[in-house]
Amino acid sequence: MLSLSKHLYRHSQFNEAVEMLRQAQHDGSYGLLKYILSDSPLPLTLAGATCLFVLTVENLTKSYTSGGRTLTVLESVSFALQAQDTFAIVGPSGSGKTTLLGLCAGLDRASSGSVSLNGIVLDNLNEDQRAAVRNEHVGFIFQNFQLLPTLTALENVLVPLELRGVRNGTRTAEELLERVGLAGRGHHYPTQLSGGEQQRVSLARAFVNRPKILFADEPTGNLDADTSARVVELLFELNREAGTTLVLVTHDLELAARTQRIVRIKGGAMLSDTRTAPAAVSSSATL
Amino acid sequence: MSNGPLPSARPALSWLWRMAWRDSRRSRSRLLLFVSAIVLGIAALVGIRGFGDNLSRSIDEQARELVGADLVLSGSAPFDSTLAPTLRQLGQNRSDEVAFASLVQFPKGQGVRLAQIKALNGSFPYYGEWLTEPAAAVTDFRQAMTSREQVALVDDALLVQFAARPGDSIRVGRLTFRIAGRVRKTPGQSGFSAAVAPTVFIPSQFLPATGLMQRGSRVQYRTYYQFAPGTDVEAVVKRLEARLDKVNINSDTVAERKRQTGRSFTDLTRFLNLVAFVALLLGCVGVASAVSLYVREKVASVAILRCLGASGSQAMLIYLVQIAAMGLVGATIGAALGTAVQLLLPRLFAGFLPVTVAVAVSWSAVAQGLVTGVVVAVLFALLPLLSIRRVSPLRTLRAAYEEDTARPDPLRVVVYGLIVLFITGFAYLQTREWKQAVSFAGGLLVTFFVLAGLGQGLRLLVRRFYPTSWSYVWRQGLANLYRPNNQTLLLTVSIGLGVFLMATLSLLQGLLLSRVQISASDGQPNMVLFDIQPAQRAGVTQLLTSRKLPILQQVPVVTMRLAAINGQRTADLKKDTTNGLSKGALSREYRVTYRNKLISSETLAEGLAPYLPPDGTPRISVDTDFLRRMKLRLGDTLTFNVQGAPLATIIGGTRTVDWTRVQTNFQVVFPAGVLEPAPQFLVLMTRVPNNTVLGAVQRDLVQNFPNVSAIDLGLVLQTLDDILSKISFVIQFMAFFSIATGLVVVVSSVIVSRYQRVQESVLLRTLGASRRQILRITLVEYALLGLLAAVAGLVLAVGAAWALAYFLFEVPFLPAVGPLLVLAAVTTTLTALIGLFNSRDVLTRPPLEVLRGEA
Ligand SMILES: Nc1ncnc2c1ncn2[C@@H]1O[C@H](COP(=O)(O)OP(=O)(O)OP(=O)(O)O)[C@@H](O)[C@H]1O
Ligand SMILES: [Mg+2]
Repeated sequence: MLSLSKHLYRHSQFNEAVEMLRQAQHDGSYGLLKYILSDSPLPLTLAGATCLFVLTVENLTKSYTSGGRTLTVLESVSFALQAQDTFAIVGPSGSGKTTLLGLCAGLDRASSGSVSLNGIVLDNLNEDQRAAVRNEHVGFIFQNFQLLPTLTALENVLVPLELRGVRNGTRTAEELLERVGLAGRGHHYPTQLSGGEQQRVSLARAFVNRPKILFADEPTGNLDADTSARVVELLFELNREAGTTLVLVTHDLELAARTQRIVRIKGGAMLSDTRTAPAAVSSSATL
Repeated sequence: MSNGPLPSARPALSWLWRMAWRDSRRSRSRLLLFVSAIVLGIAALVGIRGFGDNLSRSIDEQARELVGADLVLSGSAPFDSTLAPTLRQLGQNRSDEVAFASLVQFPKGQGVRLAQIKALNGSFPYYGEWLTEPAAAVTDFRQAMTSREQVALVDDALLVQFAARPGDSIRVGRLTFRIAGRVRKTPGQSGFSAAVAPTVFIPSQFLPATGLMQRGSRVQYRTYYQFAPGTDVEAVVKRLEARLDKVNINSDTVAERKRQTGRSFTDLTRFLNLVAFVALLLGCVGVASAVSLYVREKVASVAILRCLGASGSQAMLIYLVQIAAMGLVGATIGAALGTAVQLLLPRLFAGFLPVTVAVAVSWSAVAQGLVTGVVVAVLFALLPLLSIRRVSPLRTLRAAYEEDTARPDPLRVVVYGLIVLFITGFAYLQTREWKQAVSFAGGLLVTFFVLAGLGQGLRLLVRRFYPTSWSYVWRQGLANLYRPNNQTLLLTVSIGLGVFLMATLSLLQGLLLSRVQISASDGQPNMVLFDIQPAQRAGVTQLLTSRKLPILQQVPVVTMRLAAINGQRTADLKKDTTNGLSKGALSREYRVTYRNKLISSETLAEGLAPYLPPDGTPRISVDTDFLRRMKLRLGDTLTFNVQGAPLATIIGGTRTVDWTRVQTNFQVVFPAGVLEPAPQFLVLMTRVPNNTVLGAVQRDLVQNFPNVSAIDLGLVLQTLDDILSKISFVIQFMAFFSIATGLVVVVSSVIVSRYQRVQESVLLRTLGASRRQILRITLVEYALLGLLAAVAGLVLAVGAAWALAYFLFEVPFLPAVGPLLVLAAVTTTLTALIGLFNSRDVLTRPPLEVLRGEA
């Protein structure tokens, strides 16, 4: 059953499209033209060609060797995300969701396979180059917030801008803090904020550099239902406004249902890749 | 595979500063704790350097006052008459002085003491102030040179001893002088020499009448010259040098004195500088260990920054900037403290410095201290900071992500290299000897590795032989030594290195001080009579035996000079600057005795005791140090000039001499049967039971044998003791900086390490561990670490001190075990106590509060 779905996926039309795009990137416009001529369902302009897919993952495999034994935690995962897609990765605990997210964001190196973010192939970049890519194109939201404890809320939001060399980002950061409902709390340190407030600060931080793609690993895992709902609402709103591609790892199927696409993984392999009903997007998650 | 354009926008440098500043807000007091370790080291460095600067500047400024004239010629015999016309034409003004030791008597109080008599004419000193009380006494004294009034100037120390005052009289030989004034300070004389041999100045025309000048007496003849301003005195001396040398006249110019005085005090400041450097190194160990614990704590933040797109080096620079800034703060505090020390040091040294040291802030020392402080803080913090570059952003997703440490970091090797280079370079600057600098750095390196090996070994041992049957507290405490995030290696190295440096220094100090200590014990002579002419021998012996005083030693002394070594004339050897022989040793007067056996303070090193073989060439015995310094070997020929007559000898043996024993010790000993006819005097040693007898003997001597001098060894020993205790105080004062720094390092290492354990202890507490259990777990962990580090440091220190004693000072080494054990106990207790003190948070605050906080 598992190997069958893998087999099917490998020969899907989607995979072909990815292959062609890679060709196009590789040898100029010829492959790209071929792709345009095919009856692609994707909106395509020449200008946006190279970032046709914000995230492309191909045959991604990750295994750990410890004590002489190899443990494969992710096997031949492939998919591609268009701009403004919202995307959920779901699966039981230990299935490799976090591992996959880490690889997609360039936080870790795959054992084999390839990842490209916004047209930039991460595989052969060194740590610092990948960091620069993240700063330019990627936003993060973590289960345990991961705010810098020694910085105030405002300063935490400012970090991605300042890393880019933006000099007067304070206004942008303040606006975003206001947007997440924390106007006037900018001078507070993370320990002086509740979990929900901390997560909202990290939302502001994630969007401040207008990323192409946002990764969220169980963003509501540490929050109670009400707070989660508010954070999720904000997340989707901000996402829509900014036109960001969203990759969401979650246990929460209801939350997953609010995205346009759900990938299920189990034991390191992709089980399915389904599109959800568009209607689900606007419905709000309540308990 | 192609790639899109990589983002190139980079944050401005100012961002690093801003981040460093922001991040430090919540941990500034701790950051300051790291660098507090270097405060004392920098203070010691700046203090010593500043003092050294001021000293050499003062010597430069005051060298002329130090000599009191532009040129001084001196010899142990009246200047050769053939030179008289030439010498008379030198300079504008001239002053002659004849100096010798003699007993003087204060008729009023019946007091007798050995003093230095200086018979003076002319108006020396030409430069510097002759400080007398009353001030007019100098004029009085100078007038007395032309009138026939018997007037003397007497050193303060002498007057104080006998409660005499200006206006009283003093008896010198057969004449009695009126004391015109008390001398507070004479140019060219330090407080030290005034205390050991206080001086009585008399106008020189009275010298013959005193009856003190006899053949064989040890007399110094000096002439002081003043030249017209702008005269190149050095050139004048250069022209005359050959002729002066021939008749054994030494010259001393202002420039020469500058060089000499400077040199002897550079040695002192260099030694103290090295001591200061040890304090600084200790501080560096503290910085490195504190920073590495700090870094562990910052790993989570670094991972977030990496996630948000900061490069590895940016993340590292943020913390480097913090450390550098704090290093500057620490160095500034250190420099301020050092400046205070520097202003204090002249007072400590007062009494044995020849010049009044200006108390000015030495900005060059301050600048050097600041730079050194920042450099060492950065250099030693870099080691732990480098690992920040390798922190994986993946830590944000997975808390216990293990870093891959397999790849060697080339930058780390560079930093290690820089540190070794820095230590060696600095040690070289202090010692000016590569061999010593390299051994210094090498010794530290070995110690470092041994300690690291021990820490690692302890970790493995505990893990391997983990006592599963022991009580929970012990098991948990022991397990803390090897579990992830343990601090075994770090604390063993930092505490061990601290103990090592402290103990080595204190052992070394003991070694140095014991070398200069004089072993004055019962039964040893406490009175020396010298300048006894052969004809007076029977009389003096009679004088002593009539008072039932023992004659403990009776030694004939003949004075002579070296004329040639292995056929090469000393005059030629002196001209050759490449042979490394000191001019002083070649031209000085040797006091020699003759006997065929060694005495109790001497041991035979090589060859034989002195003997006279049938061939008639005496086989002499020389001191081993003399042999080495003069680059001689057994069998070499030394030709002496015995008051005009050449005498060839062969080195037949060497002796080691215990100079700390109260004996008449000699560098050169002749066999009996050669020197008996030569002009000589006798030295007698006796022991007087008390001061009354001492006074009586001295009075008898002044009356019957005025030329015979009697030295009260008790007085000399006491004066020496005063000076030695001053020196040892200075050494201890400097060592204090090291010890205090060592303590700061131990304390800060342990305090900083608390952040490792608090979380766990809180968890244990949450799980229901009692206060007592947690305290005892902590106690087991820290006491074990403290004990291991202290013992290891001490064993290494004993090894190092032994090596220094054996190779450098060439003295036997017997460590004082007591203080070392105390040091070990103190270190262990301190480590455990601070460890316990650290856990107070866990015990007094509710667990939740601690878990929520950033501890
Ligand atoms: N460094 C590692 N060495 C060995 N195995 C690892 C390592 N990191 C993760 N794993 C394993 O990889 C598998 C996938 O882990 P991952 O964290 O991706 O799961 P997850 O789907 O995010 O689970 P959860 O929902 O519980 O967060 C797990 O079985 C885990 O034990
Ligand atoms: Mg996970």
